[in-house]
Amino acid sequence: MFSKGTKRKFSDGGEELPEEGLPGSNEELSSVSYSLQRQSLLDMSLIKLQLCHMLVEPNLCRSVLIANTVRQIQEEMTHDGSWQAATMMEAFAAASAAGSGAAGPPERLVATEVLCRPGREMNGSPTAEPKLFSVMGYEECREEEVVAVEEDSICSEAASNVCLSGSMGHCWERGMLRGERELDSRLGAPDEDVDVEEEDEEEEDDNELEGCREEGEAKAMRQVFGTFEIKNSHPGPESALEELFSDVDASYYDLDTMLTGMQAAPKIGPYDLLDSLSQSHTPSSLSSASNCRSDLNELDHIMEIIVGS
Amino acid sequence: MAGVGGGNDFQWCFSQVKGAIDEDVAEADIISTVEFNYTGDLLATGDKGGRVVIFQREQESKNRPLSRGEYNVYSTFQSHEPEFDYLKSLEIEEKINKIRWLPQQNAAHFLLSTNDKTIKLWKISERDKRAEGYNLKDEDGRLRDPFRITSLRVPVLMPMDLMVEASPRRIFANAHTYHINSISVNSDHETYLSADDLRINLWHLEITDRSFNIVDIKPANMEELTEVITAAECHPHQCNVFVYSSSKGTIRLCDMRAGALCDRHSKFFEEPEDPSSRSFFSEIISSISDVKFSHSGRYMMTRDYLSVKVWDLNMENRPVETYQVHEYLRSKLCSLYENDCIFDKFECCWNGSDSAIMTGSYNNFFRMFDRNTRRDITLEASRENSKPRAILKPRKVCTGGKRKKDEISVDSLDFNKKILHTAWHPKENVIAVAATNNLYIFQDKIN
Repeated sequence: MFSKGTKRKFSDGGEELPEEGLPGSNEELSSVSYSLQRQSLLDMSLIKLQLCHMLVEPNLCRSVLIANTVRQIQEEMTHDGSWQAATMMEAFAAASAAGSGAAGPPERLVATEVLCRPGREMNGSPTAEPKLFSVMGYEECREEEVVAVEEDSICSEAASNVCLSGSMGHCWERGMLRGERELDSRLGAPDEDVDVEEEDEEEEDDNELEGCREEGEAKAMRQVFGTFEIKNSHPGPESALEELFSDVDASYYDLDTMLTGMQAAPKIGPYDLLDSLSQSHTPSSLSSASNCRSDLNELDHIMEIIVGS
Repeated sequence: MAGVGGGNDFQWCFSQVKGAIDEDVAEADIISTVEFNYTGDLLATGDKGGRVVIFQREQESKNRPLSRGEYNVYSTFQSHEPEFDYLKSLEIEEKINKIRWLPQQNAAHFLLSTNDKTIKLWKISERDKRAEGYNLKDEDGRLRDPFRITSLRVPVLMPMDLMVEASPRRIFANAHTYHINSISVNSDHETYLSADDLRINLWHLEITDRSFNIVDIKPANMEELTEVITAAECHPHQCNVFVYSSSKGTIRLCDMRAGALCDRHSKFFEEPEDPSSRSFFSEIISSISDVKFSHSGRYMMTRDYLSVKVWDLNMENRPVETYQVHEYLRSKLCSLYENDCIFDKFECCWNGSDSAIMTGSYNNFFRMFDRNTRRDITLEASRENSKPRAILKPRKVCTGGKRKKDEISVDSLDFNKKILHTAWHPKENVIAVAATNNLYIFQDKIN
């Protein structure tokens, strides 16, 4: 219905855990494919949560169920991540010492265990108390989404769309891109384009998935989820942003309503908002203005495609 | 195989279908609730356009003693209109979420209908007589000059064409922040409850400006929200007891005598999870979409995505019966999550004697389970099987391997044709099945 463009990596029947007892390389393969599938499910879930730019209030039950699914995946990835790091280091140590291949990683067992005990953190895990994913404001979600945001929150909110296992630096940069796209999708960018770009991102993510297993990852996740909730009016440097957002009406447009000229209430257009965003206050922790501008060009490009077709 | 719901010779036949035949279905015509009244003579439907249509069963005629009474349109009215919440800049849909009849106390009929935010009590009354011979006005309604009147007469009631009027008698508004998913009339016939995602309110039918909040599961911090209320119902005989189900697959039974606020349950029903079948979708498919007490009040039935469970109110740790509705969908959960079908809320219903239960599925299929014989049957609501009194042929979904003749494979199922709402006549074997914008009525075959 919504994600026509998303490459569905998550094959049906594949959501179950991979079979145990397979010989060495198959195990690795299936655990990698499981991670990919899980990542794909996570991305799908996050998209679903974001697509609430409708005129009617989104279904709370559905949102809660999706958010719980995301939380579950996050928990598992948290444990998996730390285990992966540990076992890979073990494997390297063993390999260098004995010259033989690593023993079958026990992370799959852990994964099983974790799924059966949701919510339990592993002892000694760097993310002793990761703040779990929280969908901002189930109530009045739309006003709160747009209201002023802490400097960190903008990036982390955006970054939450990025693969969880990306490195910190990478997160911020791509997070900015995704943040813009998120704004786009709220202001009427087509879903297809979001998905197409998601797809590209996903491939990048997958590579990252293999690479990033450092402790930094756990920290990134905590940061990503910890500040997902957009808090209300913070005094200080964000006040300019606040003023900016305070004018924006909470009723986002569908692309359809935009094109047909129907609007729920008089509003700033998407270009106006992004223009002002790039011109005005750009907090130092956000990417440079140049990033914003390139994203604006991207937005232009996307809009051209839509309007052209 | 023999049908379900009666003896071994039982078979279901097509009786009627209501609604447009067009391929293009207008969104407003999609039926969103179906409900028989207490006698079964009236059948009410609500749609996404906020309209209520009531069908009445014709009296059996002497000319055709073998044909059961047909349901014909009795009254149509606009119950709810779309509204706009200016504070949140959000539309409030006019879709009728639920209709519940009140027990009949006089010549008029009363029902409660609700959309996401407002509940209305409607009075449906008949008018088949008209007063004629007024003194102060003419037949056309023009006032007569009092000085011209030389004699007085008593107005006489003359018969007229039957007119059915629906008028809103009470409007219960502004009590729900979240979307109302259930209403249920209490057995005391004076109160009723309404449930939204996070709260349940108790109303008196006569009082519209206030209601009592009896359940509130809203957390202080909304970020901590992980569970919502999905359905609620009053016990059919004990006016102090009600149940509510949650998105985590649990049911709580509460006793209003225990306290003003029923946040603490009296009984907690949950089936322990099977760890071997756990997946990321386990919680979503465990979410209960409907809960219904049996007519006897001894059992209750819950519907989750793949199954129907019957619970004995005296046993909390597991259901007494579990029926698989469409287990073949378990391997398709990811696709169903992607296209949002996994969030479809199917309803379920008991027959009058509590010996059989019915629920809907996809591809316009619906399923019936006989609790005594443990037999089940899958039937289809389609225009192809709509010859008068045509016997419905059982359908079968092929899950793998070779597809037999007349079977349909899982991949061919039409997930846009979903039967979410069904109703069973309280006394007879007559069922109403809502298939998108069409209402099908089936009844048992008269041998």
